[in-house]
Order: sequence, then structure tokens, then C-alpha cells
Amino acid sequence: MWKWLHPYAKAEKAYQVCNTLMPYFAVVAVIGLIVGWTWGLAYAPADYQQKDSYRIIFIHVPSAILSMGAYTSMAITAFIAMVWQIRNAELAVIAIAPVGAAVAAIALITGAAWGKPMWGTWWVWDARLTTMLILLFLYIGVIALYHAFEDKGAAGRASCILAMVGVVNVPIIHYSVEWWNTLHQGSTITKFDGSAIDSSMLYPLLINILAFACLMAVIVLMRLKNEILEREKHRPWVRNLVSGGKNAV
Amino acid sequence: MQFNSLSEFFAMGGYGFYVWLSYGACAVILLGIFISSKRTHGKILDDVKSQIAREARIKKAKEQGL
Amino acid sequence: MKTHDSYWRLFSSIYKKDLTLAFRQRSEIINPVLFFIIVITLFPLGVGPEPNLLARMAPGIIWVAALLSTMLGLDKMFRDDYVDGTLEQMMLSPFPTSLTVLAKIAAHWTVTGLPLVLMTPMFALLLNLESEALTATLLTLLIGTPLLSLIGAIGAALTVGLQKGGVLLSLLVLPLYIPVLIFATSAIDAGAMSLDYSGQLAILGALLAGASVLAPFAVSSSLKVSVS
Repeated sequence: MWKWLHPYAKAEKAYQVCNTLMPYFAVVAVIGLIVGWTWGLAYAPADYQQKDSYRIIFIHVPSAILSMGAYTSMAITAFIAMVWQIRNAELAVIAIAPVGAAVAAIALITGAAWGKPMWGTWWVWDARLTTMLILLFLYIGVIALYHAFEDKGAAGRASCILAMVGVVNVPIIHYSVEWWNTLHQGSTITKFDGSAIDSSMLYPLLINILAFACLMAVIVLMRLKNEILEREKHRPWVRNLVSGGKNAV
Repeated sequence: MQFNSLSEFFAMGGYGFYVWLSYGACAVILLGIFISSKRTHGKILDDVKSQIAREARIKKAKEQGL
Repeated sequence: MKTHDSYWRLFSSIYKKDLTLAFRQRSEIINPVLFFIIVITLFPLGVGPEPNLLARMAPGIIWVAALLSTMLGLDKMFRDDYVDGTLEQMMLSPFPTSLTVLAKIAAHWTVTGLPLVLMTPMFALLLNLESEALTATLLTLLIGTPLLSLIGAIGAALTVGLQKGGVLLSLLVLPLYIPVLIFATSAIDAGAMSLDYSGQLAILGALLAGASVLAPFAVSSSLKVSVS
């Protein structure tokens, strides 16, 4: 049943798939970001309470959601890499980690910039912010571990194990931090209560989430292509690719 | 359009600094990682190219030596 | 019956070997404890000597000090065996590596975790901790320090083959310690206010049970990566 997937374990085929998929994601990302940012910044109505500062939501929420999502997908890829011993999945883990870390950093920066006018401080030890900070540490751990190894094969496998250990911990960390927060000081976050977000704000938000996801996909695919090329540097197909299809060797 | 003028748009009702800080940081980080990935791609291709050229040179030199 | 017996013998012989080694070079046992003492002494000097403030901060201080001092021994957990090749032989043996690993983790805890638990009553006096809070501190340390050894072993196994694994190890392991820290300190807080803290202890116990089942597998597969 899954046989059609098997060819994609080959590096060359995976590289081609990356090339085929990238333009679609790129188009959606560019259009989505242009529409989403203009709509969010200029056309969406101001919040009655937070005024124009709430416009940060259009990048804060997508980056927060997607940094979590990227971690989950990284862990799933790591699981695939470890169980079925597929090297391309290992490379994908390494491709996702820096992108996830960048997006987690964006979520933290935007969170701080939103917190300053709303709560009066740049940083609150709020459950979500703390979880996001720890998530960033976990990402940095995966990246640092990968770069610490000389042998890139071992590095990939070690990073996969760490990604899987991390994903077991993320929910525990999240709930422990939430619980710790409520025990100590009570929640200070002023969020939009549930579905109270108006459709005039919801639509640009959804567009931004989609565009962000596609942009991340583009960057991940680019990095995956780089990793594949780096590993397969000496293979004939890479040489053919470089010398423009001619059989050079 | 929620804003009457461009300056009002940049002021963001007094929250301009925070809003533009977040959007700016977001754009800088994403552009940075995008460009660095692009550069790495070019660098790897250049490496492979110079490796091929090097091998061709070695081959040629050997043939001349014979 | 036979294999069961030999599993136990494997476990106990590795455990005994590690303990003997640790007792031969005493610094391995004494250094973490000294470190613990020094960190705990620094806090009152840093934040001021008011008894109430210290009593309020004591659980956090004791636990952060415990986290840091278990970190000290982690790097050595597999390093020596890796360097002289014993680790490779252990992994080549027909016994499951996770059992070997569990024995080594148990030895690590006996050397670094247990002394901390035994020393804690003294620090409780230094930090002006009430007797109810002291019971809570002892219980959380008793459940929590093996957990620290188990989680830390994963990081130690991942970094054992690296030249400069030390700093990386703390980057990998400390974020994973956060739940233990949170639940333990909140148990002690609850204990200090004479509230029921069995819930926090139960969660710590659940984490310990889960970690003692899962961590040996993670450790043995990371050792396979490091040794190969």
C-alpha cells in the first residue's frame, strides 16, 4: 500500500520532489503574506480595547502556532528516520530545526513587543511565553547537537533522538508551567475570549497563518535540498545537475 | 482602509514603535534565514563545480604527461 | 529462571563496579556535595540574610543547587567507560543495553543524588526551613533526584563521543529538567503552607515511573549512535 512512497527515500527523487513542490508553496506564501499583512496592518478594524497594538497578532499567533507545529513535525520526521532508517527524514529534521527556532524567536520577540504596551513589561513569566522560551531552547539543543558531531551520519541520528525526547517533554513542560503559573500569581494574559474574535480580524489571521506555513515550507525545502546536496556531493546525479544535464564525468 | 493618512498609518495610534518593531523583527529574521539558505545552496553548487573543474584539470595534465 | 538470575547479576555487578570506582576516586562523590554546599551558601550572601525571605526561597535554592550538582557528575557517567572501551564491550554483550544503562544510572544516583538527600536537613537549618517543608523537601528530593539522573543520562549518552560535550550537555538537559523543578518546588511550597502536596508527589512519581521505563531505551539508542 505504501509502496509508492518508497522511491522518495532516494536522495535524487526527494530533491526533485522538493523542486516540484517549492514553487506552489512560494506562490501561496508571497500572495498570502502580501494580502495578509496589508489586510492586517491597514484594513482590519482596530480592537476596541487594545487599539492598533493588537495588529501584532497577525504575526504573533501564526509564529506561535507554527513553531509548535514545526516541532511536532520535526519529531514525527525523527521518528520515521529512526524506525525506518530513512536518511532523507534525518536530513529533514536538520532542515526543520533552524526554521522552527527562527519562528519561535519571532513569537517571543513579537510577544514581548505586544506585552510592553499591554501589560507594561517586556517579559511576563506567563505560561505560554515560558513554554515558548523552553521550546526555543529545545530547538537550539537539536541544532547545537547536530553541529557538535564531526560525523554527520551520527549527528543526524543523535538529533533525531533528542527531537523525540523533546517532544515527549513539551506537553509535560507546558502543563507544568501552566500549573506553576496559576499557583503562583494567577493568569495575567488578556486574550480574546474564545470565539469572540470578529470575522473581520479572523480572516486576515487565517490568511497569515496559511502564508506563514507556506513560507516555512519553502525555507524548509530549500534547506532540505541543501542538506541532500551536501551529503550527495560526490554522486553523479549532483554532478550532472551542476553541469547542466550534460554527462560531465 | 482604517487610516486617513500615511503618517497615521505609521503611528499606529501611538503603538507604532511596538507594531513596527514586531513586523520588522519578523521580516529581518525570516529574510535572514531565507538568504542564508539561498547562499548555502549557491556555495554547495560552486564547490561541486570547482571539484569537477579540478578533476578535469588533473585528467588533462595526466594526458599531457603521457 | 537462569536468565532472570543473570540479568540481576549483570545489574548488580555493573552497579558495584561503578560504586567501587567512585569510592576509589573520592572527589567524584565529594565534589558535587561541595558544589551543592557552596551554591547554597552563595544564595543568602546574594539576596540578603532575612530569615523570611530565605525560607520563602529555600525550596527553589535547594532544588536549583541539586539540579546543578547532578549536572556535574553527568559528564562522567559514560565517559570513562567510553574512553577505555568498556562501554563498547558492554554493548556487544548479549544482554540488553538498557539494563546496563539502568545499572549505571542507579550508580550515578547513589553517588550524586543520595548524598544530597542525606545532607538536606542541614541546609534546611541554614535556610530557615520549617519542619513540614523539610519533610516535603526530603520526599521530593528522594523521588526527584533519580529522575534527574535518568533524564540526564540521555544527554550524557548523546554527548559521550564529543570532545567538548560539557556545555552542550547542560544545554540539552536543563530544559528537560524544568517539569521536575516546578513540581518539586510547588510541593515544597504547599508543604510549607501546611497544605496537602500528595498530588505533586504523585506526579513526580508518575514522571519517575515513566522515565525509568523510557529513558533506558533512549539512552541505549543514543549510546549506539555515539559508539558506532
